[in-house]
Amino acid sequence: MQNIQRHLIWGAVAILGASALAVVALHRGETINALWLVIAAVCTYLIAYRYYSLFIADRVMELDPKRMTPAVRHNDGLDYVPTNKYVLFGHHFAAIAGAGPLVGPVLAAQMGYLPGMLWILAGVVFAGAVQDFMILFISTRRDGRSLGDLVKSELGTVPGVIALFGTFMIMIIILAVLALIVVKALAGSPWGSFTVAATIPIALLMGVYSRYLRPGRIGEMSLIGFVLLMASIIYGGDIAASPVWGPMFTFDGKQLTWMLIGYGFIASVLPVWLLLAPRDYLSTFLKIGTILGLAIGIAIVAPNLQMPALTKFIDGSGPVWAGSLFPFLFITIACGAVSGFHALISSGTTPKLLDNEKNARAIGYGGMLMESFVAMMALVAASVIDPGVYFAMNSPAAVIGTTAQQAAEVISQWGFVVTPDVLTQTARDVGENTIISRAGGAPTLAVGMAHILSGFIGGKTMMAFWYHFAILFEALFILTAVDAGTRAGRFMLQDLLGTFVPSMRKMDSIVASLLATALCVAAWGFFLYQGVVDPLGGINTLWPLFGIGNQMLAGVALMLATVVLFKMKRQRFAWVTVMPTIWLLMCTLTAGWEKVFDANPKIGFLAAANKYQAALDKGELLAPAKNIDQMHQIILNNQIDAGMAALFIFLVISILVFAVPACRKALAESKRTDLETPFEAMPAGAQV
Amino acid sequence: MFSDLARVGKYLGQAARLMVGVPDYDTYVQHMRLTHPELPVMTYEEFFRERQEARYGGGDGRPGRCC
Repeated sequence: MQNIQRHLIWGAVAILGASALAVVALHRGETINALWLVIAAVCTYLIAYRYYSLFIADRVMELDPKRMTPAVRHNDGLDYVPTNKYVLFGHHFAAIAGAGPLVGPVLAAQMGYLPGMLWILAGVVFAGAVQDFMILFISTRRDGRSLGDLVKSELGTVPGVIALFGTFMIMIIILAVLALIVVKALAGSPWGSFTVAATIPIALLMGVYSRYLRPGRIGEMSLIGFVLLMASIIYGGDIAASPVWGPMFTFDGKQLTWMLIGYGFIASVLPVWLLLAPRDYLSTFLKIGTILGLAIGIAIVAPNLQMPALTKFIDGSGPVWAGSLFPFLFITIACGAVSGFHALISSGTTPKLLDNEKNARAIGYGGMLMESFVAMMALVAASVIDPGVYFAMNSPAAVIGTTAQQAAEVISQWGFVVTPDVLTQTARDVGENTIISRAGGAPTLAVGMAHILSGFIGGKTMMAFWYHFAILFEALFILTAVDAGTRAGRFMLQDLLGTFVPSMRKMDSIVASLLATALCVAAWGFFLYQGVVDPLGGINTLWPLFGIGNQMLAGVALMLATVVLFKMKRQRFAWVTVMPTIWLLMCTLTAGWEKVFDANPKIGFLAAANKYQAALDKGELLAPAKNIDQMHQIILNNQIDAGMAALFIFLVISILVFAVPACRKALAESKRTDLETPFEAMPAGAQV
Repeated sequence: MFSDLARVGKYLGQAARLMVGVPDYDTYVQHMRLTHPELPVMTYEEFFRERQEARYGGGDGRPGRCC
């Protein structure tokens, strides 16, 4: 009887969620309140967590609370520490949530909020959270080893090296696209540039403080840093308005690119305590605080969505990014629905901190649901602003022109009526000169967040503050990611090159480390520069590459999980990982193929290269090239991009080629063949 | 009531520190006392520096965060 009662409550949650989803899906015409989306999402998460994740934990994985975890076995108080479930949840969430779930949904909003919302919910429940949970489980059962190691031991050395190489290439694209977002947000914005520049001396001060003045006092120094940051936002407005300082902090895209490249190199060779660590502390706390603030803001303000449920751009003719709903929506929203990069985190520090296997469910599956909720909030933030403003901010100048007049005219023709006054007024509200063609997602999200947060604290007069707060918040953790990513990339590169030139592997050699750092910075710098000078805004080129790469890594992780299930003789449950794998391979292979071979130069890289080549043969120049050299450069860039997309396709197919025979071989065996660490019982006294 | 609040506060502090890669120092000290009484125990400052280097030191080439 009690059992039935328990399910009744969940039934009520399911009905509430289904009703909210029905309201969202069937609503036409009038604007709709954002809370309907939030309710539908939260109910979906609750039901998925209660039933599907429990099914995976109990039936598929057979989690055993009496089995010793690596944290208990190797407990050293440092790397391996049995950690309270809630504390570890915070750690894991802070590690997986970044700019990805904030930017993807903003870009996807060009098709309306409905497709993005449905993919975020379906993706997280059946693919993203399953991947994170499975990899956490597999790594925990193998002493917390990394994804590359796991692929190597369960699939073979060759696929292991291929996966490692693929991870490195994805990392380069991620760093380039993240840096591009910062460039797009700061170009021509002295207020934004000043506040972001101010984070460097603030971080240096914090670094010295926590190293020499008050060693290890994280709370104190973060508070000092936070106060200084807020001051830099408040006074940034005066700096921008000053006739002397304003122009000094006004940079164009190319200048910012070179500054970021130089910064990336210097920052990643400095000692970590000086710059990276303090900025990491600030950005982590600011990130968590802002996410909480935004959630509270949406709940209190309950804004209406201005964006229609579906726009006409589902046919693929959209200005923000090119390509039709299938497959491109499913790679545009990567993080938030499913992100391959999480497989690296779930096989990183988290399994070494897990106190008990049974908590893997809350941390692996639950943590990803939380990230999905962040993506949902980003979608809401992008949809609460006037669609005309949204398209003015996200369309490239080559399409809508450079003045408010031209932009309003073009966008109104698309059916999103907007006046030039609205565009200039919005810019004035947020303290900027212009908001036109600020692609990259961050500025749009900042306007949306300013809209929500100012309705909650401060009203219209605080809008400029909230806008620059949001820009700073994103720039801060992007810069941290660029710095930490360059470092991690350097180690990976040294490791990879070390396979061929053993002296490269010496991590403490100055020559080897400087060379690897320079190569790493040059690699992402190349893609960044190419994105900045791209007439279609760069995001159009780089974001799909990032999405394809990231989703393919998820495909690799899910294939690994499938092989492990077969080897464990649990193949009757393999559909849990096979189903999302098939979907991800369909999306990414189609998208990858179209990015290489599509005849439309807006979509296909080779078609774009051919278009410029044809013009060059006729002796003509196509914008943005101003001379023959630049024409050659654009052709080469497009060919390299095509090569990248082809490489990702090769990567995922080659893993598939190894995974399928591995499954068949395991099926033929009569016993388990996976390489789990042998069972050891939890010691007496440990929490079970 | 107050002891519950104190416990929540303790966990929040631990969570905040672990988010930036610094595990609980008291747990480390307790672990060293119980299992390795013969080994020297790092002071909090040494412990903090060791953890800071470990978080960004790479070594096995794992990125510590997502995009």
